[in-house]
Amino acid sequence: MDATTTATTSGHTESHGHGHHEESFVSKYLLSTDHKIIGMQYMFTGLIMALIGGYLAYVFRMQLAYPGEEIPGYGILTPGDYNSKVTMHGTIMIFWVAMPVLIAAFGNFLIPLMIGCDDMVFPRINRLSYQIFLISAIILVASFFVPGGAFGGAWTAYPPLSATAEYNLTPLGAPLWLIAVALEFVAFLLGGINFITTVMNSRAKGMSMYDIPLVVWMIVIASILFMLSVGPLVAGAVLLLFDQIGGTNFYNPAAGGDPLVWQHLFWFFGHPEVYVVLLPAMGIVAEVIAVFSRKKFFGYKLALYTTFATGILSFVVWAHHQFVAGIDPRMTNLFTVTTLLISIPIAELLFLYIATLYRGSIEFSVPMLWALGFIATFLIGGVTGIYLGANGTDIFFHDTYFVVAHFHYTFFPIAIIGMYAGLTYWFPKMFGRHMNQTIGKIHFWFTIIPFNLIFLPQFLLGLAGQHRRIYDFSNFPQLSTHELQHLRIVATTSLIVMLIAQVPFIINFFYSIFKGRKAEKNPWKANTLEWTADSPPGHGNWAVLPDVHRGPYEYSHPDRDEDYWPQDEPSK
Amino acid sequence: MSSTTFPRPQATTRSVTGISTGKLAVWWIVASEIVIFGGLLVFYLLMRFRHGDPWAEAATHTNIYIGAFNTFVLLTSSLFAVLAHQAAESDNGKKAARFLMYTIGGALMFLCVKSYEWSIEIEKGYVLTKNVFWGCYYLITGLHGFHVIAGAIIMGFVAKDAAKGKDLQRVECIGIYWHFVDIVWLFLFPLFYTTAAG
Repeated sequence: MDATTTATTSGHTESHGHGHHEESFVSKYLLSTDHKIIGMQYMFTGLIMALIGGYLAYVFRMQLAYPGEEIPGYGILTPGDYNSKVTMHGTIMIFWVAMPVLIAAFGNFLIPLMIGCDDMVFPRINRLSYQIFLISAIILVASFFVPGGAFGGAWTAYPPLSATAEYNLTPLGAPLWLIAVALEFVAFLLGGINFITTVMNSRAKGMSMYDIPLVVWMIVIASILFMLSVGPLVAGAVLLLFDQIGGTNFYNPAAGGDPLVWQHLFWFFGHPEVYVVLLPAMGIVAEVIAVFSRKKFFGYKLALYTTFATGILSFVVWAHHQFVAGIDPRMTNLFTVTTLLISIPIAELLFLYIATLYRGSIEFSVPMLWALGFIATFLIGGVTGIYLGANGTDIFFHDTYFVVAHFHYTFFPIAIIGMYAGLTYWFPKMFGRHMNQTIGKIHFWFTIIPFNLIFLPQFLLGLAGQHRRIYDFSNFPQLSTHELQHLRIVATTSLIVMLIAQVPFIINFFYSIFKGRKAEKNPWKANTLEWTADSPPGHGNWAVLPDVHRGPYEYSHPDRDEDYWPQDEPSK
Repeated sequence: MSSTTFPRPQATTRSVTGISTGKLAVWWIVASEIVIFGGLLVFYLLMRFRHGDPWAEAATHTNIYIGAFNTFVLLTSSLFAVLAHQAAESDNGKKAARFLMYTIGGALMFLCVKSYEWSIEIEKGYVLTKNVFWGCYYLITGLHGFHVIAGAIIMGFVAKDAAKGKDLQRVECIGIYWHFVDIVWLFLFPLFYTTAAG
């Protein structure tokens, strides 16, 4: 299907090239087909959704720390509302923050700039993708305000809880949730096709497969994973939607259906999805580490093959989410093996990062702090995952706060730390100005320390047997002891500190966009192509599109006076 | 449509792989569609193996003659899509457009027969909510029908441009998509019609 045949929104035309004519605000920022603007749209939408998700976390953490009391800025939280808040927190943070920011925003902004072309191959499909995504976000947020409130069946939407309004108490929220998720997947499928074909077909002259920066590789592999895994969930979602509103019984065991099939369909997508958001974050960290260690990335090809291996393995680990769901115990052994296997390539990647750091001349700039913070925290997430991937221990840990702490130690580094690493690193390119480094460092420390104080106590709570989905622990004598309640209060207080610490970032961000110190073309002395364009790049990115002469990580080459060697500089 | 005035970026015209960008994108669309239908068919097969006889019995109530006729209609429409591609290769836009119109005709025929078939089933009481077999039947063939509609609409746009000799490379792209829709039906026909009890 070509761009023209599927572009549904028409009427907007713009002259190609270098913007010598005035454009209205709407056509320049809202209806633009420029990949940089679309990336920004995804970025800002994702950041706004992150604020909503953070607020939801504040509400239900307050309930857990001070059960039944009035929450400042919200009021009394009822049990049904609690379920809805937790569900929406998970949904928003994964589907409307991690996905749009890491894949769509960075993918859109970076891919054409890093492979040296003027735009995505299908600019109008790209715009359509964002518009569908925006509609999905609006539907999701609107579902807070329908009678019954937003969906309360947990973000994994297991039937029969999610299929029957009598159980989840959200008769309108549930189908709206499904429709929003489905629309969002359509948006990312369109975006993913764009990413993959752009990188396959539109690289700069001279750029071989092994000259592509790792972050671009990883975004593309993530897009392929997404495209090949999301189908079964789309299929499952159609069945679930008909169960909710069409009167069918696909997941109703009483009428010949099977609720377990949803779990298989969901996690067949859900586990690759972890790597869909992880890989772009890994790629961002790889770029940052190479630049601020002034060293060639250690084992570029190995990192690439490792990423392929991760991608392939990620398709055969899904049932480790279902060890206690009543699947065959022999099958759980099989999935234990594959799950433990996948920790090998990921550990290998982390070792490559550490090897890149080893004996480099490390500069502790703000992006580098975030990158190092990513390695440190993600390591904890990865190591605790081994206990959950092994069926023996998982039976004990399943559905406890140990799981909650584990996946926040993976998703927080991915979605928040990885995002900040990328945002602070490419900020000069995105807006043509520098952010304030001092405020940046304060923001880093006041985010990373409270983050650990939120989730380290939750490991302990999980070990004590605290179940994930309980509204009020005072009914459980073993769980409502002083010590455990104290841990919950520590976690909640730390969350509030962390949320407040985002204020200086927001101020720094907006102040710097308009008033920050002007950035030159290549402030970090980096090699990749985006740093040869203007800051910020104009429409079309370059006056003459660059050629590529070498790989992306030629730092501190012994034959050169300068310690970097841009990809587009011809060899003498 | 604004297609006449929209300037394509240089990125769209590059072809590092040697395959045109449009064709590459269609193949990726097909790949993502395969997993969607794959998910539904795996669901159907799992349930069918588990429930055995009642499902095989239910499948005897689908109308094999209508199904076979529709298979014939779709295969014929695919033939026209190939002929349209052949005409486009030899730069004969008018002829390509005519063959595409025949393909659209096949799609319309398929949909008419399908609606007639559904109305017979519904009259007999085999409705969506009767049981999981009929739920699968209506959803999966319905999703397939939705793809037929979408394909026919897009083909209309392609044919309109092709008649003016414009963007003839799209004839092949829509052809690839159409063959995919056709092949999906070749899975649905045996699964819902011919593998019945007996």
